[in-house]
Amino acid sequence: MGRVKNWWTGLLMVSPSILLVIVFVYGLIGQNVATSLEAAKTRSGRVLAEGGLANYVELLTWDRYQHALWNLLILTLVFVGGTMFFGLLWALLLEKGVPGEGFFRSVYLFPMAVSFIASGVVWRWLLDPGMGEQAIGLNKLFLMMGMPALQSTWWSSAGKFNMAAMAIPAIWQLAGYVMALFLAGFRGISEDQREAARVDGATEFQLYRHVLFPQLSPIALSALIIVGHMSMKTFDLIYAIAGQNSYVSEVPATLMWVQLFSLNNPVQAAANATILLAVIAVAVVPYLIYTNRTERAGR
Amino acid sequence: MTTTTMTPAAPMAPLPVRKRTRTPGEVTAGMVKMALLVFFAAVILMPVYVLVITSIKSAAEYGAATAWSLPQAPTLAGWAAAWEALAPALLRSVILAVVAAAVSSMLGSMNGFVFAKWKFPGADIIFTMFLFGMFIPYQAVMIPLQALMINMNNTAPFLAGIPTLIIAHTIYGIPICTLIFRNYYATAVPSEILEAARVDGANMWRIYRSIVLPVSAPAFVVTLIWQFTSAWNDFLFALFLTNRNTGPVTYALMELASAQNPDYARTMAGVLIASLPTLVVYIVLGKYFISGLMSGSVK
Repeated sequence: MGRVKNWWTGLLMVSPSILLVIVFVYGLIGQNVATSLEAAKTRSGRVLAEGGLANYVELLTWDRYQHALWNLLILTLVFVGGTMFFGLLWALLLEKGVPGEGFFRSVYLFPMAVSFIASGVVWRWLLDPGMGEQAIGLNKLFLMMGMPALQSTWWSSAGKFNMAAMAIPAIWQLAGYVMALFLAGFRGISEDQREAARVDGATEFQLYRHVLFPQLSPIALSALIIVGHMSMKTFDLIYAIAGQNSYVSEVPATLMWVQLFSLNNPVQAAANATILLAVIAVAVVPYLIYTNRTERAGR
Repeated sequence: MTTTTMTPAAPMAPLPVRKRTRTPGEVTAGMVKMALLVFFAAVILMPVYVLVITSIKSAAEYGAATAWSLPQAPTLAGWAAAWEALAPALLRSVILAVVAAAVSSMLGSMNGFVFAKWKFPGADIIFTMFLFGMFIPYQAVMIPLQALMINMNNTAPFLAGIPTLIIAHTIYGIPICTLIFRNYYATAVPSEILEAARVDGANMWRIYRSIVLPVSAPAFVVTLIWQFTSAWNDFLFALFLTNRNTGPVTYALMELASAQNPDYARTMAGVLIASLPTLVVYIVLGKYFISGLMSGSVK
């Protein structure tokens, strides 16, 4: 229907929401950015932040922040890669219809309904670093299955790639979501196209490679953006598994909590949060514009 | 499409193709597929097994030697202790999740109607601004939000705790609810009917109330479930805006799990109790839960 004559009544109806979004989303973001640029001193007069962009330089060159960024990179790569791999694999296993499909779908997707705190508590036990006599959790399971070599200290070692272990519970929780997205994508492609490809003599592999997968790329992009931005925000899960002050599993989102309440430095915490927002915005804004455009073109 | 030469489609007769007997290769493939599906389902359900068996163990059986074994003397003591510890917070979470879901769904419905059917100049831009609010990391607003809420609670102490969380979840739930309703109305409500009502002299509010609202149930189910689940599972807002006496169940569960000398049976039973409401919603209304998930992908 597009625009209507007495459009102002519509504007009136959404104006409370517009106001709330402007104040609580954009206003508070602005305030956070302002905080991140402030100068700050401790009571004893030690300079916490010089103020202005120097605060950002300070943060970015801080080795603890760089360590957190590295952890986030590893976490995100494994998390996104893992959810995409298992999500696509499960969708491929299910898409042609198998007996008990509904059961498998429900099982793969159910972790989505559970909070990161609840799953984090279980995964803390499963990823317990104790080995041999002390082993519980997965390490114990590996021992019982006669595979002692698989025992690991998981996330709690100081290794460079320890955050890959933190991605395991995250993958457990969200791979089913990616599966659901891909499954919906497969089901949205008409059977005629498969028949046509088969009649043309395409092998199953060629059918997927040249006919089905290209049509799923918008879905893959959506999944990538959604899982990727969730990974950037990961806080609850790490808090529940590693506790609130774990250096080895620190990412910017958890470091922000430490800066705020252990280091009493809200200015640097605000700078940290602003960078997090900027990184996510760089990925999400073009995506929103792109979706908006394709949607309009489709109309 | 590929340019392989067409193989003469053998004898044309046996159609439909689906009914033909499967070749030995296909039977094997089917079995491999089923084996994989069962294996992955077992992996996904493994934490549930751990939760259930540990929750009914007595302290003597937590040890490494019996970590994965079924309890020899099952007891419900853990469940009773967890219930006692979580009951007040559970009630707070119910109020939080129900009210926040209801209010943000109502606002979402009104907004969605306007953005789909009663556009004002600049509506698309405002809508995109709303969408971005869906993706922001809440860390980027948390510092000023916390300050704002502390101020508010000082002037209006009765808003401390759950009411504060309701306000936060309602506001930050507006974007996704608006999106879900807008997409629903764009396809489910024909513009011609609204046009006819307008010609008959109905104003916008009347059209919304008498024509649009009565057919909104499917979208309401989706947003209610979605918002209920996110408010129930949230931890970040709870951590910043409430304390152990006023917080929701995720907060209480975290307290329970981080106690000195962890009582594993109590903790694991607590995880199950805290997850049960969203799991029940997921199992009973799974179909709608999934459409909520899908709408998160903006399409």
